Amino acid sequence: MQTPENSYCLPDARGHFGKYGGIFVAETLIPALEELRLAYEAAKADAAFRAEFEYDLKYYVGRPSPIYHAKRWSGLLGGAQIYLKREDLNHTGAHKVNNCIGQALLARRMGKKRVIAETGAGMHGVATATVAARYGMECVVYMGAEDIRRQAANVYRMKLLGATVVPVESGSKTLKDALNEAMRDWVTNVADTFYIIGTVAGPHPYPMMVRDFQSVIGAECKIQMPELVGRQPDAVIACVGGGSNAMGIFYDYIPLAGVRLIGVEAAGLGIDSGKHAASITAGTPGVLHGNRTYLLQDKNGQIIETHSVSAGLDYPGVGPEHAWLHDSGRAEYVTVDDEEALQAFRDLCHVEGIIPALESSHAIAYAAKLAPTLAKDQVLLVNLSGRGDKDMHTVAERSGIQF
Amino acid sequence: MSRIPATFWRLAAASRKALIPFITAGDPEPGLTVGLMHALVAGGADIIELGVPFSDPMADGPTIQRASERALAYGVSLHIVLGMVREFRKQDDVTPVVLMGYANPIEAYGAEAFVADAVAAGVDGVLVVDYPPEECAGFAAQMKGAGLDPIFLLAPTSTAARFAEVAQMGSGYIYYVSLKGVTGAANLDLDAVAQRIPAIREKVGMPVGVGFGIRDGAAAARIAAVADAVVIGSRIIEEIENSPRDQAAVRVTAFLRGIRNAMDGGNP
Repeated sequence: MQTPENSYCLPDARGHFGKYGGIFVAETLIPALEELRLAYEAAKADAAFRAEFEYDLKYYVGRPSPIYHAKRWSGLLGGAQIYLKREDLNHTGAHKVNNCIGQALLARRMGKKRVIAETGAGMHGVATATVAARYGMECVVYMGAEDIRRQAANVYRMKLLGATVVPVESGSKTLKDALNEAMRDWVTNVADTFYIIGTVAGPHPYPMMVRDFQSVIGAECKIQMPELVGRQPDAVIACVGGGSNAMGIFYDYIPLAGVRLIGVEAAGLGIDSGKHAASITAGTPGVLHGNRTYLLQDKNGQIIETHSVSAGLDYPGVGPEHAWLHDSGRAEYVTVDDEEALQAFRDLCHVEGIIPALESSHAIAYAAKLAPTLAKDQVLLVNLSGRGDKDMHTVAERSGIQF
Repeated sequence: MSRIPATFWRLAAASRKALIPFITAGDPEPGLTVGLMHALVAGGADIIELGVPFSDPMADGPTIQRASERALAYGVSLHIVLGMVREFRKQDDVTPVVLMGYANPIEAYGAEAFVADAVAAGVDGVLVVDYPPEECAGFAAQMKGAGLDPIFLLAPTSTAARFAEVAQMGSGYIYYVSLKGVTGAANLDLDAVAQRIPAIREKVGMPVGVGFGIRDGAAAARIAAVADAVVIGSRIIEEIENSPRDQAAVRVTAFLRGIRNAMDGGNP
């Protein structure tokens, strides 16, 4: 949550981060978004709501998540010290649950009995299904048919948790199409349904609200880092698909000008191949899914199909606040390709005994590139946003192994 | 001024309501679109809504999404759609054409260039589904300045304050979305629509068209009794989908004629 000493105060009242963000939806959803904005603002100002949120983060999720000094790996790389924010240790195995608890509590406060969600890798779907079970709500998750194939274990987890998983066969059958379908459900069932968006995208107030719920990550780091190393890190590194784990860890660091903020996008098979998901690095501004932001699109404004080895980064847009942080120069955005991410995945398994999600492996890979260029007393804080159990299938398949 | 106001004056003088069919430009293939537009006019269309295909049509149901995908498979861009309107205008300088689509292809084209080229091509109005009034004041003003009508949506969820806002920024007509849902949905409640329209008409001071979920002559006649225009989209796309390509134009004309008769008080 935003603190009083935090001078950064975007978005504006209509959800704009500079020229990005906003509310680009069909008229039917406008009143629903207004209702949501008012409900969220009231909840945010209500100490009882915040206490409930914090209680569940502590006792249900297991927060605060620790920060771990990857000493052996840092030593092998021979440069800066790498610290990992262990979001992978959260209940459900990723940062996604922080936001889901916030939105589900808000849904309950608004009297909505049915929640819907879109999911890419399945982590947001699992987190939504989990909190829906926890709060006794009906849950429907939209997932691209291609992602369902790639993430069979997560699909089964969602079903075990009582959710209905709806395969989306339209378009590229991935996250963006699942988002389209969830929006269609919401517009049809807007009276009794709460749409739990999983990332810092979508129409206002979603990018702000999801960021606020995820900002617990960076807020904890800001307290933990001085305890561990006596100061704040020199750089904070996180992977960026839609960008919720990155916004979560960046947010409280935005006012600290001495801390570099580095977002790592998925270069897939390489930027030049055209098969990637690096919206900021290789995209142009446009309007999709309710906000203006950087998009991967052709010259006619049609959205391009993306590629990344990690389903969670496979999205042609990015949260509007990242677009703004990029243009303003406050954050840097770099890329890591499939092979580099897989190498970092294997390295962290072998050297530290931690199996990271393929999404997080992109941030880890960039830290591994950056660390050797820096002095040994420099400190890199990497958001290890999720664990890699869900990726066993993908990684094994690439090594020619079938379960 | 666009061709839209004159069309509604003429209809009002004859005590008739406007029939506004929607097709997606380039569906089922680009070479058929202009012929289909003329076929719509032959079937009794007063205004044509021409869909600009988009890869992510969030507000549309599966039927119009499929039409969009078929058109995009041929690479149908906004440039090509404007070319189709120019072609249509060679034989028909009377029937208004309204482009309907999403913001991103227009932004990629460049809003200013689009407005100028749309006017030159003979477009009369533009409805951008994901441009609510708060995000397009500048664009709407540009359109009005160039003689294009910015058409806005109102929905069953819209507040009274919203009616006034849309009335002030829009022109031509208001498109009332008859249900909570996407295009082509099956949950249309005619009574609820009939109840709502008079208040909207009074408030917005321009013609009100109703669309989303109108599938037959009986529903069209019922809507025509209270509104100024009836919009039919998905049902026509289905007609095109289910016709051999060389018969699509004839079948669309016949289908629309049935709707027209029902609206004019004949047998549905």
